[in-house]
Amino acid sequence: MDLYSGWRLAKEALGGHLGWKPAWRDAAPKAQYQVVIVGGGGHGLATAYRLAKEYGVTDVAVLEKGAIGLGNVGRNTTIIRSNYFSSENVRFYETSLKLWERFEQEMNFNAMVSQRGTINLYHTDGQRDLFARRANTMRLEGVDVEHVDKAGVKMLAPLVDVENGRYPVLGGFLQKRGGTVRHDAVAWGYARAASARGVDIVQQCEVTGVRREGARAVGVETTRGFIAADKILFAVAGHSSRLAAMAGFRLPIETHVLQAFVTESIKPTLDCVVTYGAGHFYVSQSDKGGLVFGGAIDGCNTYAQRGGFTMQEEVMAAGATLMPALSRLRVLRQWGGVMDMSMDGNPIISRTPVENLFVNGGWCYGGFKAIPAGGVVTAHLVATGKPHPLGAHFGLDRFREGRTIDERGVGPSPWAH
Amino acid sequence: MLRIACPHCGPRDDVEFRYRGDATLARPAADAGVDAFASYVFERDNPAGWHVEWWQHVQGCRRVLKVVRHTLTHEIAAVGEANDELRIPDAGAKS
Repeated sequence: MDLYSGWRLAKEALGGHLGWKPAWRDAAPKAQYQVVIVGGGGHGLATAYRLAKEYGVTDVAVLEKGAIGLGNVGRNTTIIRSNYFSSENVRFYETSLKLWERFEQEMNFNAMVSQRGTINLYHTDGQRDLFARRANTMRLEGVDVEHVDKAGVKMLAPLVDVENGRYPVLGGFLQKRGGTVRHDAVAWGYARAASARGVDIVQQCEVTGVRREGARAVGVETTRGFIAADKILFAVAGHSSRLAAMAGFRLPIETHVLQAFVTESIKPTLDCVVTYGAGHFYVSQSDKGGLVFGGAIDGCNTYAQRGGFTMQEEVMAAGATLMPALSRLRVLRQWGGVMDMSMDGNPIISRTPVENLFVNGGWCYGGFKAIPAGGVVTAHLVATGKPHPLGAHFGLDRFREGRTIDERGVGPSPWAH
Repeated sequence: MLRIACPHCGPRDDVEFRYRGDATLARPAADAGVDAFASYVFERDNPAGWHVEWWQHVQGCRRVLKVVRHTLTHEIAAVGEANDELRIPDAGAKS
């Protein structure tokens, strides 16, 4: 792998930038692999990279239906944070956040990791107490979080109307190490690093079936022919149920659409990521200047990768309440992505009822921030067959055994998460 | 996004309704065992195609309705009462 550096940039500039090579090999699929990963998104690529780096498993293919970076990994609000409620989730997401902090050095790829801080606002005494409890859990796990009062919120994010008539802001909890990452660069960085270690990145290769011999999975049918595999991983969040159906089992997942929006570019006006729990709205300013924001899922099962007007109106109303200035901006782009909503609002990294078949999915809204740790945990599971201690609570058996993770406390209703 | 033809109130916008999930699930017998109940509570077909589901008309007649909707096109093929047997279009039919 040719390393990227300031020196390299200068050298290539002198050559008229004609010397750059593609970042990864666009491989043709072989007939057989040790591990086939279905899905070239963040989690699939991160897992491939970890398999090669930590376990020496390089006979790996990542099969991507379209092109790398055009799926959910390249369509989200790019927020990273580890402010979770349950201890096991705090540990998992904090591991992820620490890996984000080293991401650029490790991958030799500029992902514009920006720890601008994330603040969760509260509007009632009850909400403050709940956030305080969450903050205490985080501190017990050694994770930074601090309380900010109303004046502090005004200092941090002057655009926020703390006296707004609907849900006046009383204060917030700030995680300074939270922030944003350039999402495309995450996919490209992992693809390049995995490819350099021998992983085949196969694009334009859609999986159309899973071949089984009895209880075992032995390979996948694809639009580019049958590919045999000792082990198969599904990392296709949004479509996990469809892959599972091909292999002959069902998952505790419903597929829902989540919308996001970007406004026209303006001067720097918002330093941190702001989340507004009462109206379900989160916003940050991209390095290009647009305000990037989103809200809740549309509310019914759907695979349609667009969004409904009902939720658009709701998100805009919440945004304009929180930041009245937002109503003066034009929204340039809007998109809807489909996601696995699992029955307890937490991801699934697990063995499946089919032997040699593993699944990484059920990420709900939160797959992006989890990519680095998801790769570590999933690679461990695929390589050793045993769950990684950091992700042992993400097993499928938790549903049957009554160990669902009560992160939000809303029960088995995906549309309520 | 959706217009649901409530049999009692007429066609209404989806903001009047609340989605209540998969309507094909049948509660297992009381002695069916843990696996049957775990499957009933948590597992779903989650199809990319025709889906039979519950919608409650919370801001209208408050009745829980059964709706046959396509999860890719949002086309609604049928709306009925909770105990109606609704016809599901052929798997390939989209519009």
